[in-house]
Amino acid sequence: MSAALRVLIVDDEAPARSRMRDLLADVGVKLPVTIAGEAANGREALRVAETGVVDVVLLDVRMPGMDGIELAQHLQKLERPPAVIFATAYDDYAIRAFELHAVDYLLKPIRAARLEEALARAAQSVAPMEFLGELQQAPRVCLSAAERGKVHLIPIEDVLFLRAELKYVTVRTAAREYLIEESLTRLEEEFQERFVRAHRNCLVARAAIRGFERAGAESGEGPWQIVLAGLEERIPVSRRQQHVVRELAR
Amino acid sequence: MARSINHNANTGALPDFRNFGILLRILLIVNSIALLAALLQSTSIHDWPAKFTENAAAVEPLLVLSLLVLMATGNVLRRLPHLAAILAILAIELALTAALYYIGREALSVSAQSLPRWLLVVALTTAMLLVYFDLRGRALSPALAEARLQALQARIRPHFLFNSINAVLSLVRQEPRRAEAALEDLAGLFRALMADNRELTPITREIELCRQYLDLEQLRLGSRLRVEWNTENMPTDALVPALSLQPLLENAVYHGVEPSEKPGMVSINIYAVRDRLYAVLQNPYHASGDRHAGNKMALANIRERLQLHFDVAAELTAKVSGDLYEVRIAMPYVKDQGS
Repeated sequence: MSAALRVLIVDDEAPARSRMRDLLADVGVKLPVTIAGEAANGREALRVAETGVVDVVLLDVRMPGMDGIELAQHLQKLERPPAVIFATAYDDYAIRAFELHAVDYLLKPIRAARLEEALARAAQSVAPMEFLGELQQAPRVCLSAAERGKVHLIPIEDVLFLRAELKYVTVRTAAREYLIEESLTRLEEEFQERFVRAHRNCLVARAAIRGFERAGAESGEGPWQIVLAGLEERIPVSRRQQHVVRELAR
Repeated sequence: MARSINHNANTGALPDFRNFGILLRILLIVNSIALLAALLQSTSIHDWPAKFTENAAAVEPLLVLSLLVLMATGNVLRRLPHLAAILAILAIELALTAALYYIGREALSVSAQSLPRWLLVVALTTAMLLVYFDLRGRALSPALAEARLQALQARIRPHFLFNSINAVLSLVRQEPRRAEAALEDLAGLFRALMADNRELTPITREIELCRQYLDLEQLRLGSRLRVEWNTENMPTDALVPALSLQPLLENAVYHGVEPSEKPGMVSINIYAVRDRLYAVLQNPYHASGDRHAGNKMALANIRERLQLHFDVAAELTAKVSGDLYEVRIAMPYVKDQGS
């Protein structure tokens, strides 16, 4: 390999990032590496990775807000996803999964020799990351949608409703809509505390519900519809989900 | 002199009937009684063995049967309240005696003495054995409690240890002096964790330990960790169980500060009112979290140690109010006589 490996360091703890810099300097003697950037959280990391200057991400598993497992999933949506090497001080559950799926990980405190080994391997091949969804313990803090090489992070609290259409799920926020490639059933499972099913292919954010009204205002006999905060569009409630109206209408 | 663990936390448990030592003791004691009874019944020393054989013929079947039944039902009995268990054992013994008595009389046509007399002998022997095992249990239990206490203390989150070492490593090249201080803190913390912590410790020592711990966390978390101490009304001569506050702070940082990107405040308030000492810890509460199992374990650990020291005179309560999590300890204000 001729070009230097471009590495992004992601860790919420400043001393841990500083230690990683030192280690990369040590490794640099044998393996050409450059530091493409540093990030203290998932959002910053994604912003750097999007610019396409990153080959490898050194990623701390346990971070506040968006953790390493979630960030790695969002990174996979980039056009050319960087290789990910997880670092963790002690994380039983994650380590077992990494071993199972032959994903490289580093145990903190990290040894320079071990880091070099992992970087050399990452430069050659990118490990599969599909299993990360199962590793996600708490619901993600963001959904992500890929658009023209960029990855949009959609904070889950901004989402008003999720609607399944053919291959995609439409994510609606007050500002705009996004298309994501996920299954509505999985989303319902993951965010069951936040969303409620209005009909077969639509999940509505409980917090965004402003009220209910009958379709066909004159007669007042039509099926119920959900009124959402800051949205003209009404979401019909299917016959089977009528109980939702009763439960949520106060 | 510091006060040691209260030894009255014994809960009067039943003996374990599957324990070989217990079985052996029962066999020896009952046979000794049979031997003694034979001696009292015999007219001369020469017919003592014959008398004992006669007694043994009645006693041994009952004894063996009793032990088998107790071995089988021991687990159920131990789950009963103490008094109920004792009554159950007495009932079992009397029932077995009556059953054997009738079988012996009907099936084997053995002429025996009156049933009420046998019942009385069995009841008294059973009661005597139970009293013996109870006293023996009381004599041994402090050792058990102390062993348990030691085991309880030897806990620290590995996550904290490795992250701290990592943080210290990051300082070694750029800021060797801070690295030194951090390593000293780490050493102090582990010295305390590994010490013999059965006795009460001066509260000032416990607080020093807390500060060493928080300094280490500060190193990692920087401005995200904010600490507020309110110790103006704290009596400096108070004694507290060793490691009664530091694990709570570890919890506060782990659950309250680490999961958030925003700065979190941990506040510690220690004060005494007359003969009671109070410690109140607060930290931000984050509703979503899968980390609560560990928290409960730490609380149960401290609660148990408070109980071992002060029995019912100490209490630990934890509650969530709004976005704050609060742990409150109330315990007797024990003054350090030595200082």
